[in-house]
Amino acid sequence: MASADSETTADTPRSADELPLAVKLLIAGGFGAGKTTLVGSVSEITPLNTEEVMTEASLGVDDVAGVEAKTTTTVALDFGRITINDGVVLYLFGTPGQERFWFMWDELCHGALGAVVLADTRRLESCFPSVDFFEGRGIPFVVAVNQFDGAHHYTTDEVRGALDVGDDLPVVLCDARERESGKEVLRSLVLHVMSRMGAPAAATG
Amino acid sequence: MMTRGDSSWFDEAAGPLVRPYAVTGGRTRSGRTEFDMISLVVAARTETDRRTLDPEHLTILSLCRQPISVAELAAQLDLPMGVVKVLLGDLLDRGDILARAPAPVARLPELNVLQAVLDGISRL
Repeated sequence: MASADSETTADTPRSADELPLAVKLLIAGGFGAGKTTLVGSVSEITPLNTEEVMTEASLGVDDVAGVEAKTTTTVALDFGRITINDGVVLYLFGTPGQERFWFMWDELCHGALGAVVLADTRRLESCFPSVDFFEGRGIPFVVAVNQFDGAHHYTTDEVRGALDVGDDLPVVLCDARERESGKEVLRSLVLHVMSRMGAPAAATG
Repeated sequence: MMTRGDSSWFDEAAGPLVRPYAVTGGRTRSGRTEFDMISLVVAARTETDRRTLDPEHLTILSLCRQPISVAELAAQLDLPMGVVKVLLGDLLDRGDILARAPAPVARLPELNVLQAVLDGISRL
Protein backbone atom coordinates (compact mmCIF):
# COMPACT_ATOMS: atom_id res chain seq x y z
CA MET A 1 0.00 0.00 0.00
CA ALA A 2 1.89 2.97 -1.23
CA SER A 3 1.51 6.49 0.01
CA ALA A 4 -2.13 7.44 0.10
CA ASP A 5 -1.77 11.14 0.59
CA SER A 6 -2.89 12.31 -2.79
CA GLU A 7 -5.86 14.62 -2.80
CA THR A 8 -7.84 12.46 -5.12
CA THR A 9 -8.70 9.52 -2.96
CA ALA A 10 -8.68 6.32 -4.92
CA ASP A 11 -12.06 5.22 -6.14
CA THR A 12 -14.12 4.25 -3.15
CA PRO A 13 -14.50 0.46 -3.20
CA ARG A 14 -18.01 -0.72 -3.87
CA SER A 15 -17.65 -4.05 -2.16
CA ALA A 16 -15.48 -5.65 0.47
CA ASP A 17 -14.22 -8.11 -2.14
CA GLU A 18 -12.21 -5.27 -3.65
CA LEU A 19 -10.12 -5.08 -0.49
CA PRO A 20 -6.85 -7.02 -0.35
CA LEU A 21 -6.80 -10.35 1.41
CA ALA A 22 -4.85 -10.30 4.68
CA VAL A 23 -2.72 -13.24 5.76
CA LYS A 24 -0.59 -13.67 8.83
CA LEU A 25 2.59 -15.35 10.00
CA LEU A 26 3.60 -15.59 13.65
CA ILE A 27 7.06 -15.06 15.07
CA ALA A 28 7.37 -16.89 18.36
CA GLY A 29 10.16 -17.71 20.77
CA GLY A 30 11.37 -16.95 24.23
CA PHE A 31 11.96 -13.52 25.70
CA GLY A 32 14.89 -11.82 24.03
CA ALA A 33 15.18 -14.32 21.19
CA GLY A 34 14.91 -11.54 18.60
CA LYS A 35 11.25 -11.69 17.57
CA THR A 36 10.78 -7.96 17.13
CA THR A 37 14.19 -7.72 15.45
CA LEU A 38 13.15 -10.29 12.86
CA VAL A 39 9.82 -8.56 12.25
CA GLY A 40 11.63 -5.25 11.81
CA SER A 41 14.24 -6.60 9.41
CA VAL A 42 11.67 -7.74 6.84
CA SER A 43 8.71 -5.40 7.48
CA GLU A 44 8.05 -2.53 5.10
CA ILE A 45 6.94 -0.42 8.05
CA THR A 46 8.62 0.23 11.35
CA PRO A 47 7.12 -2.45 13.61
CA LEU A 48 3.97 -1.17 15.24
CA ASN A 49 2.91 -1.89 18.75
CA THR A 50 -0.66 -2.42 19.77
CA GLU A 51 -2.31 -3.89 22.75
CA GLU A 52 -5.24 -6.06 23.50
CA VAL A 53 -7.04 -5.69 26.79
CA MET A 54 -8.50 -8.92 28.00
CA THR A 55 -11.42 -8.56 30.36
CA GLU A 56 -14.20 -10.78 31.59
CA ALA A 57 -15.68 -10.01 28.19
CA SER A 58 -13.19 -12.47 26.82
CA LEU A 59 -14.70 -15.07 29.07
CA GLY A 60 -18.25 -14.52 27.88
CA VAL A 61 -19.53 -11.54 29.83
CA ASP A 62 -21.38 -9.29 27.42
CA ASP A 63 -21.04 -5.91 28.97
CA VAL A 64 -18.42 -4.64 31.37
CA ALA A 65 -20.17 -1.35 32.15
CA GLY A 66 -20.68 -0.99 35.85
CA VAL A 67 -18.56 -3.97 36.75
CA GLU A 68 -16.72 -2.75 39.81
CA ALA A 69 -13.91 -5.20 40.32
CA LYS A 70 -13.14 -6.16 36.77
CA THR A 71 -9.72 -7.56 36.14
CA THR A 72 -7.96 -6.52 32.99
CA THR A 73 -4.81 -7.85 31.45
CA THR A 74 -3.00 -5.93 28.79
CA VAL A 75 -1.02 -7.83 26.20
CA ALA A 76 1.34 -5.89 23.96
CA LEU A 77 1.88 -7.09 20.41
CA ASP A 78 4.51 -6.05 17.90
CA PHE A 79 3.75 -6.49 14.26
CA GLY A 80 4.96 -5.58 10.81
CA ARG A 81 3.57 -5.63 7.29
CA ILE A 82 4.67 -6.77 3.84
CA THR A 83 2.53 -5.82 0.86
CA ILE A 84 2.68 -8.92 -1.34
CA ASN A 85 0.74 -7.52 -4.29
CA ASP A 86 -2.45 -5.59 -4.98
CA GLY A 87 -4.51 -8.45 -3.64
CA VAL A 88 -2.56 -9.84 -0.68
CA VAL A 89 -1.07 -8.21 2.44
CA LEU A 90 1.12 -10.23 4.80
CA TYR A 91 1.25 -9.36 8.50
CA LEU A 92 3.95 -10.61 10.83
CA PHE A 93 3.03 -10.81 14.49
CA GLY A 94 5.48 -11.34 17.28
CA THR A 95 3.87 -13.45 19.98
CA PRO A 96 3.94 -12.27 23.56
CA GLY A 97 6.66 -14.27 25.20
CA GLN A 98 5.17 -14.85 28.59
CA GLU A 99 3.36 -18.08 29.03
CA ARG A 100 0.58 -16.47 31.00
CA PHE A 101 -0.56 -15.01 27.70
CA TRP A 102 -1.42 -18.33 26.09
CA PHE A 103 -5.02 -17.16 25.64
CA MET A 104 -3.68 -14.45 23.35
CA TRP A 105 -1.87 -17.08 21.30
CA ASP A 106 -5.19 -18.67 20.45
CA GLU A 107 -6.43 -15.47 18.87
CA LEU A 108 -3.10 -14.91 17.16
CA CYS A 109 -3.12 -18.41 15.71
CA HIS A 110 -6.58 -17.95 14.26
CA GLY A 111 -6.03 -17.80 10.53
CA ALA A 112 -2.23 -17.88 10.74
CA LEU A 113 -0.51 -19.55 7.80
CA GLY A 114 2.27 -20.76 10.04
CA ALA A 115 4.87 -19.75 12.58
CA VAL A 116 8.57 -19.17 13.01
CA VAL A 117 9.96 -20.30 16.36
CA LEU A 118 13.07 -18.26 17.04
CA ALA A 119 15.59 -20.16 19.11
CA ASP A 120 18.28 -18.48 21.16
CA THR A 121 21.17 -20.93 21.56
CA ARG A 122 22.13 -19.27 24.84
CA ARG A 123 18.74 -20.34 26.20
CA LEU A 124 17.54 -23.03 23.86
CA GLU A 125 14.99 -24.29 26.36
CA SER A 126 13.15 -20.97 26.22
CA CYS A 127 11.65 -21.94 22.86
CA PHE A 128 10.37 -25.35 24.00
CA PRO A 129 6.92 -24.03 25.01
CA SER A 130 6.44 -22.48 21.57
CA VAL A 131 7.42 -25.72 19.84
CA ASP A 132 5.02 -27.67 22.06
CA PHE A 133 2.24 -25.17 21.40
CA PHE A 134 2.43 -25.29 17.61
CA GLU A 135 2.95 -29.05 17.55
CA GLY A 136 -0.13 -29.48 19.72
CA ARG A 137 -2.24 -27.24 17.47
CA GLY A 138 -1.02 -28.73 14.24
CA ILE A 139 0.16 -25.33 13.06
CA PRO A 140 3.04 -25.56 10.60
CA PHE A 141 6.23 -24.01 11.91
CA VAL A 142 9.96 -23.86 11.33
CA VAL A 143 12.69 -23.31 13.90
CA ALA A 144 15.08 -20.46 13.16
CA VAL A 145 18.23 -20.41 15.25
CA ASN A 146 19.26 -16.82 15.83
CA GLN A 147 23.05 -16.74 15.83
CA PHE A 148 23.91 -14.28 18.52
CA ASP A 149 27.40 -12.84 18.60
CA GLY A 150 29.53 -14.69 21.09
CA ALA A 151 27.06 -17.53 21.63
CA HIS A 152 28.02 -21.09 20.89
CA HIS A 153 27.10 -21.99 17.34
CA TYR A 154 25.27 -25.27 17.03
CA THR A 155 24.61 -27.25 13.89
CA THR A 156 21.01 -27.62 12.80
CA ASP A 157 21.21 -31.33 13.66
CA GLU A 158 22.30 -30.50 17.20
CA VAL A 159 19.39 -28.11 17.56
CA ARG A 160 16.99 -30.66 16.11
CA GLY A 161 18.24 -33.21 18.61
CA ALA A 162 17.93 -30.83 21.54
CA LEU A 163 14.37 -29.97 20.53
CA ASP A 164 13.57 -33.64 19.88
CA VAL A 165 11.96 -32.90 16.53
CA GLY A 166 12.08 -34.98 13.37
CA ASP A 167 13.91 -34.45 10.11
CA ASP A 168 10.73 -33.20 8.50
CA LEU A 169 10.83 -30.03 10.59
CA PRO A 170 12.94 -27.36 8.95
CA VAL A 171 15.62 -25.89 11.19
CA VAL A 172 17.46 -22.91 9.74
CA LEU A 173 20.27 -20.74 11.04
CA CYS A 174 19.73 -17.01 10.81
CA ASP A 175 20.76 -13.56 11.87
CA ALA A 176 17.51 -11.84 12.75
CA ARG A 177 19.07 -8.43 12.15
CA GLU A 178 19.74 -9.13 8.48
CA ARG A 179 16.94 -8.69 5.99
CA GLU A 180 18.23 -11.37 3.59
CA SER A 181 18.49 -13.80 6.46
CA GLY A 182 15.01 -12.94 7.67
CA LYS A 183 13.67 -13.43 4.15
CA GLU A 184 15.22 -16.91 4.02
CA VAL A 185 13.52 -17.80 7.31
CA LEU A 186 10.12 -16.69 5.99
CA ARG A 187 10.70 -18.46 2.67
CA SER A 188 11.53 -21.69 4.45
CA LEU A 189 8.33 -21.39 6.45
CA VAL A 190 6.12 -20.77 3.42
CA LEU A 191 7.81 -23.62 1.54
CA HIS A 192 7.22 -25.87 4.55
CA VAL A 193 3.55 -24.91 4.63
CA MET A 194 3.28 -25.67 0.92
CA SER A 195 5.08 -29.00 1.22
CA ARG A 196 2.72 -30.03 4.00
CA MET A 197 -0.03 -29.54 1.47
CA GLY A 198 1.81 -31.81 -0.90
CA ALA A 199 2.38 -29.04 -3.38
CA PRO A 200 5.77 -28.25 -4.83
CA ALA A 201 6.51 -24.55 -5.05
CA ALA A 202 7.07 -23.09 -8.46
CA ALA A 203 10.57 -21.76 -8.93
CA THR A 204 10.84 -18.16 -7.89
CA GLY A 205 13.34 -15.63 -9.02
CA MET B 1 -21.31 25.02 42.52
CA MET B 2 -20.20 22.12 44.60
CA THR B 3 -17.07 22.67 46.54
CA ARG B 4 -15.22 19.69 47.78
CA GLY B 5 -12.10 21.32 49.09
CA ASP B 6 -8.98 19.31 48.56
CA SER B 7 -10.67 15.96 48.53
CA SER B 8 -11.75 14.58 45.21
CA TRP B 9 -14.26 11.89 44.55
CA PHE B 10 -11.65 9.68 42.96
CA ASP B 11 -8.45 8.42 44.42
CA GLU B 12 -5.68 5.96 43.73
CA ALA B 13 -7.88 3.03 44.64
CA ALA B 14 -10.33 4.01 41.93
CA GLY B 15 -7.84 2.93 39.33
CA PRO B 16 -7.40 4.59 35.97
CA LEU B 17 -10.13 7.11 35.28
CA VAL B 18 -10.41 6.19 31.64
CA ARG B 19 -11.27 2.54 31.50
CA PRO B 20 -10.35 0.81 28.26
CA TYR B 21 -13.95 0.61 27.15
CA ALA B 22 -15.08 4.04 28.33
CA VAL B 23 -14.82 5.32 24.77
CA THR B 24 -17.36 2.74 23.65
CA GLY B 25 -19.75 3.44 26.47
CA GLY B 26 -18.88 0.14 28.07
CA ARG B 27 -19.71 -1.93 25.03
CA THR B 28 -17.27 -4.74 24.39
CA ARG B 29 -18.92 -6.38 21.41
CA SER B 30 -18.80 -5.03 17.89
CA GLY B 31 -22.36 -5.52 16.80
CA ARG B 32 -23.13 -7.93 14.02
CA THR B 33 -19.63 -8.42 12.73
CA GLU B 34 -16.66 -10.12 14.33
CA PHE B 35 -13.48 -8.33 13.39
CA ASP B 36 -10.16 -10.13 13.31
CA MET B 37 -6.97 -8.29 14.20
CA ILE B 38 -6.03 -8.42 10.51
CA SER B 39 -9.46 -7.71 9.08
CA LEU B 40 -8.97 -4.97 6.53
CA VAL B 41 -11.28 -1.98 6.48
CA VAL B 42 -11.70 0.97 4.15
CA ALA B 43 -13.94 4.02 4.10
CA ALA B 44 -16.97 3.27 1.95
CA ARG B 45 -18.01 6.81 1.16
CA THR B 46 -16.61 10.27 1.34
CA GLU B 47 -19.50 11.93 3.14
CA THR B 48 -21.30 10.91 6.30
CA ASP B 49 -23.32 12.50 9.05
CA ARG B 50 -20.47 13.47 11.33
CA ARG B 51 -22.70 14.88 14.06
CA THR B 52 -23.70 11.45 15.22
CA LEU B 53 -20.14 10.16 15.44
CA ASP B 54 -17.57 10.38 18.22
CA PRO B 55 -14.14 11.89 17.60
CA GLU B 56 -12.63 8.39 17.61
CA HIS B 57 -14.99 7.33 14.82
CA LEU B 58 -13.96 10.32 12.75
CA THR B 59 -10.28 9.60 13.33
CA ILE B 60 -10.82 6.04 12.16
CA LEU B 61 -12.58 7.27 9.02
CA SER B 62 -9.68 9.58 8.26
CA LEU B 63 -7.19 6.73 8.74
CA CYS B 64 -8.97 4.24 6.52
CA ARG B 65 -9.20 6.12 3.26
CA GLN B 66 -6.92 3.33 2.08
CA PRO B 67 -7.31 -0.27 3.27
CA ILE B 68 -5.84 -0.73 6.74
CA SER B 69 -5.94 -3.53 9.29
CA VAL B 70 -7.60 -3.44 12.70
CA ALA B 71 -4.18 -3.89 14.33
CA GLU B 72 -2.70 -0.92 12.47
CA LEU B 73 -5.66 1.27 13.38
CA ALA B 74 -5.30 0.29 17.03
CA ALA B 75 -1.60 1.10 16.97
CA GLN B 76 -2.17 4.48 15.36
CA LEU B 77 -5.09 5.37 17.63
CA ASP B 78 -3.24 4.03 20.69
CA LEU B 79 -6.37 2.17 21.70
CA PRO B 80 -6.73 -1.52 22.51
CA MET B 81 -7.83 -3.63 19.57
CA GLY B 82 -11.03 -4.67 21.32
CA VAL B 83 -12.08 -1.03 21.58
CA VAL B 84 -11.29 -0.37 17.94
CA LYS B 85 -13.38 -3.38 16.92
CA VAL B 86 -16.42 -1.94 18.69
CA LEU B 87 -15.97 1.43 17.00
CA LEU B 88 -15.53 -0.27 13.63
CA GLY B 89 -18.76 -2.18 14.23
CA ASP B 90 -20.56 1.14 14.63
CA LEU B 91 -19.13 2.42 11.36
CA LEU B 92 -19.88 -0.80 9.51
CA ASP B 93 -23.49 -0.79 10.68
CA ARG B 94 -23.86 2.76 9.36
CA GLY B 95 -22.36 1.81 6.02
CA ASP B 96 -19.40 4.11 6.52
CA ILE B 97 -16.80 1.40 6.01
CA LEU B 98 -16.31 -1.89 4.21
CA ALA B 99 -14.52 -4.75 5.94
CA ARG B 100 -12.89 -7.89 4.62
CA ALA B 101 -12.13 -10.76 6.97
CA PRO B 102 -8.74 -12.45 6.58
CA ALA B 103 -8.36 -15.62 4.56
CA PRO B 104 -10.63 -18.05 6.41
CA VAL B 105 -8.82 -20.80 8.25
CA ALA B 106 -11.11 -23.52 6.91
CA ARG B 107 -10.04 -22.86 3.33
CA LEU B 108 -6.47 -22.11 4.28
CA PRO B 109 -4.02 -22.15 2.92
CA GLU B 110 -4.83 -21.53 -0.67
CA LEU B 111 -1.93 -22.42 -2.87
CA ASN B 112 -2.06 -19.39 -5.10
CA VAL B 113 -1.99 -17.17 -2.02
CA LEU B 114 0.98 -19.08 -0.61
CA GLN B 115 2.82 -18.87 -3.91
CA ALA B 116 2.15 -15.13 -4.03
CA VAL B 117 3.47 -14.76 -0.48
CA LEU B 118 6.59 -16.75 -1.37
CA ASP B 119 7.20 -14.62 -4.45
CA GLY B 120 6.53 -11.43 -2.51
CA ILE B 121 9.04 -12.30 0.20
CA SER B 122 11.63 -13.21 -2.41
CA ARG B 123 11.21 -9.79 -4.02
CA LEU B 124 11.85 -7.86 -0.80
